[in-house]
Amino acid sequence: MLETAAALTVIAVLLAWPVPMLLARAAWPARAPATALVAWQAIALAGGLAMIGAPLSLAVAGYGDDLVRGLAGLVRAIVAGRAPASAMVLLAVAALLGLWLVGHLVVTLVQVARQRRRHAVLLQLLSSAHPTRAGARVIEGSAPVAYCLPRGSGSATVLSRGLLDLLDADELDAVVHHEDAHVRQRHDILLVAFRAWHSALPRFPVAALAEGRVAELVEMLADDRARRSIADAVLARAIHRVGEVGSASSAAAAARRAARLSAPPLAASERAAVVLGSVALVTVPTLWIALPALAGAGG
Amino acid sequence: MPTTLGTLERSVMDLLWSTDESRTVYELRDLLPDPAPAPTTLLTVLARLEKKGFVAAERSARPHRYRPVASRAEHMAELMHDVLVDSGDRRAVLERFVGGVSADDAATLRRLLDGTG
Repeated sequence: MLETAAALTVIAVLLAWPVPMLLARAAWPARAPATALVAWQAIALAGGLAMIGAPLSLAVAGYGDDLVRGLAGLVRAIVAGRAPASAMVLLAVAALLGLWLVGHLVVTLVQVARQRRRHAVLLQLLSSAHPTRAGARVIEGSAPVAYCLPRGSGSATVLSRGLLDLLDADELDAVVHHEDAHVRQRHDILLVAFRAWHSALPRFPVAALAEGRVAELVEMLADDRARRSIADAVLARAIHRVGEVGSASSAAAAARRAARLSAPPLAASERAAVVLGSVALVTVPTLWIALPALAGAGG
Repeated sequence: MPTTLGTLERSVMDLLWSTDESRTVYELRDLLPDPAPAPTTLLTVLARLEKKGFVAAERSARPHRYRPVASRAEHMAELMHDVLVDSGDRRAVLERFVGGVSADDAATLRRLLDGTG
């Protein structure tokens, strides 16, 4: 189990800094946003599991050849009052890390649900149904904004008066298709998960970086879905027009999103390699420490 | 036309927002378009709006008088703040077509908020 603990520590360190930095700097994610999102999820999940698994396997080292038997052995030793303090501290560290991460996920889910509920109440009183677009709501306001409030079956796409004045009918179609994609593909679940990861590790720059990148990739994914029914040039025009009105940083992000529309998508073989690597990142260490037979055969 | 509680809440708020006076449930019933809802229905709607923080009741008067807690423009500003400001703790609440404004980009925010409500 000592080798396992060492291996998990190495994995945790790699996934906490160099691997996400490489992914954040890479250019290919803009050409394969769905694939890049799989990679980000694998990094976050495998990183979290390795972070918990490293102290856990160190704690149970000497009580069994694999995690299950080792944990059973340690629990028996604790009950009998024979467990060393070091093992109990390591076990507590692993348990607290797990609780910390899960706790932040739960708190974030509750917070976001409450904020969405409040926003939905405001919308109900302050917006009106769009005269022709089914399901779309209109708010009076000169800032050109379009967004969706994801609430499962109660999701709403909201357009401002300023946006209706700014865009022509085709561009508006592009915006609505983009927002529909967010609702249909449940992008809000991903955003909340990475929001929770960031709130659990607030001083950890990679968590902030990951949240930002995931948010940007989700926009690209929604663009790609909209492109099935909307010409690239129309979508690019809509992105430019809305982006220009906001801040410099939102204009820059809009320019990146428009520019990628003319780049070829990543080759299928490269996408498959990333997905396979991501699946392996999560499953191999987990199976290694959880499956007694595998761990017994491997050391 | 069937009126749901939701659309009734909207009509009641529009009436309360349109004047500086507080209103009784009977005044509201008379101001609403036909078919006017029953006073008990209106009381339910007002109780819901009070619970959500949109309406305050003056219970010293008989019948109770109701007034809005804040103006329509103030609630609109709250809504637009959700939409426009990219403060970290609210980022996952909604998904914008193009990203919002960071909380310290005050000038852009003021420009965008001007003319709302």
